[in-house]
Amino acid sequence: MYEVLRHYNYWLYVLLLALGLYGMMSKANLMKKLIAMGIFQWAIIYYFISIGAKKGGNIPIFPEHGIENLTIRAQDYVNPLPHVLMLTAIVVGVATTGIALALLIKIWQNWNTLEEDEILQRMRNE
Amino acid sequence: MNEQLPALVVVIPLLFSFLIYLMGFIGRRMPYFLLLISSALTSLSSWKLLIRVIKEGPISYHIGGWEPPWGIEYRVDHLNGVLAFVVSLVAFLVILSFRERVEKEVEVSRWSQLYALFSLQLCGLLGITVTGDVFNLYVLLEIASFSAYAMVAIGKKGGEFSAFRYLIFGTIGACCYLLGVGHLYILTGSLNMVDIVNLLKNLPDSSALRVGLCLLVIGIGVKMALFPLHTWLPDAYSQAPSTVSAFLAPLATKVAGYVLLRILFWMFKPTFPSEKVLLEILGWLALIGAFFFSFMAIVQRELRRAFCYLLLSEISLLGMGVSSGNLDGLRGAILHLINDVFMMGCLFTSICAFIHLFENEGLKDLEGLGLKNPWVSLGFLIGGLSVIGIPPFGGFFSKWYLILGTIEGKKWHLLVGLLVSSLINAVLIFKILERIYLKGTHLELSKRLPFCFSVSLLSFSISLLLLGGLASTIVKKVIDPWIFSLGGF
Repeated sequence: MYEVLRHYNYWLYVLLLALGLYGMMSKANLMKKLIAMGIFQWAIIYYFISIGAKKGGNIPIFPEHGIENLTIRAQDYVNPLPHVLMLTAIVVGVATTGIALALLIKIWQNWNTLEEDEILQRMRNE
Repeated sequence: MNEQLPALVVVIPLLFSFLIYLMGFIGRRMPYFLLLISSALTSLSSWKLLIRVIKEGPISYHIGGWEPPWGIEYRVDHLNGVLAFVVSLVAFLVILSFRERVEKEVEVSRWSQLYALFSLQLCGLLGITVTGDVFNLYVLLEIASFSAYAMVAIGKKGGEFSAFRYLIFGTIGACCYLLGVGHLYILTGSLNMVDIVNLLKNLPDSSALRVGLCLLVIGIGVKMALFPLHTWLPDAYSQAPSTVSAFLAPLATKVAGYVLLRILFWMFKPTFPSEKVLLEILGWLALIGAFFFSFMAIVQRELRRAFCYLLLSEISLLGMGVSSGNLDGLRGAILHLINDVFMMGCLFTSICAFIHLFENEGLKDLEGLGLKNPWVSLGFLIGGLSVIGIPPFGGFFSKWYLILGTIEGKKWHLLVGLLVSSLINAVLIFKILERIYLKGTHLELSKRLPFCFSVSLLSFSISLLLLGGLASTIVKKVIDPWIFSLGGF
């Protein structure tokens, strides 16, 4: 039991991932779909941050001088690479949300509703 | 200049996309010519790149001078060299054809925006092709997808709705890919493809590795529109402007197909314990997909929708080649990848020209086209015959290798699937050709086809003939060196 609970951050990410996927599949409102998509993306960002973090880890910045005399133990510092990757992924996520919101505005202008089934119904009638 | 070629292929369309948008404020026609120049320059550099790869072997380019495992590496070998050339050439031919169509279909204020998106799309696709870094690939995948969402949304009413659905699907796919990259990173501590290949050799099989591989394949499967993950494609491509579908349909899914080949056969090896099962599953899904899409293609009333399903069934054939996983199956898959770019370019450009002439895209409206406009009917004829696999054209040779692959691997279900789905596709194509050439004419042709359309359609037809004639050369010079470099064949 302890083994399972020790990795609570990964359980949290799985939970968020499932929540996002459920929202995208089952909600008919397009705005809610978009929110679920945001949760899905953030779950993955959370996962990447988890894999870089270490218990008691320091920020990975070394003093500029005297680095020759310093013994650096990798386990004292968090792994910066996944975090840097997530900076890019956050930018990608922001861009996705931006495009999706622009599309939602256009959908609202054209159909005057954001309910998926209503739009589909009217598409079939036209 | 020659050393910078791998980067130039990506940087030229990227820089031009900004320039195109800015120039839109100065002259109305300027953006189009800039786009044409950008795609021509890209084709030229990718051609030089391909020649260099064939002469000297794989090229590694370090972005910013950083050494590979730490910095980003662009790595061009035979497979992505040839794909980069094919993609940029077809992009050039499509762009060459469509100026008057865009000007008619899209309002003036949007021209420069649309052209900038075309250039950005090309940048993303070529970037995916040449990059040797798994995370860089994710970013470029998203660049290509973003421009595709925006381009689809420019279309008629309803286009923005399918663009939104496409966005949701595409994001799930990209996120799955990213998760897979995360698993690989935890296990190997590297993002560089060559490095990952070397590290994976000594890695024991584990459930994390299997999950990582599955996530990568699912993510790419969404972008490639493999069978159960295809639902976004027909709506998005049939409601986009006709020029946009002519650009996206031949290129986007095929580039994702290339990534699938790279992951399954280059990064992971078929000897990897769980990959055998994965390939088996892929084969069955592709089989179901091929039947389903071929039937769906027949029952459509709209030309573009029917051809979207045809495109999907061709992608399923690619999946079958991948699933065979032996020498001939792989040869067939790669050759099919190259041919399919040209075939779909030919068919979708013909549709674009047809819509331009008649402002109509019902299957019925094709009747009597053959005598009225020989160029458009030539595009349908050659593209269609190549899709079915009639001997002198490229499509025949790729199907030949695919069939050899299934026989060699003793995958009889795939053999049946290949033959039957080709037959069903033949029914659709002959139905269309009969309408074009044998039905009486009631079409009123009010305007001439723009000259550029006929040039582009003619070049597509000639390239399909050439692909048939040069099939053995392509296999010997380009495909075989890549397959033998994998080892184990």
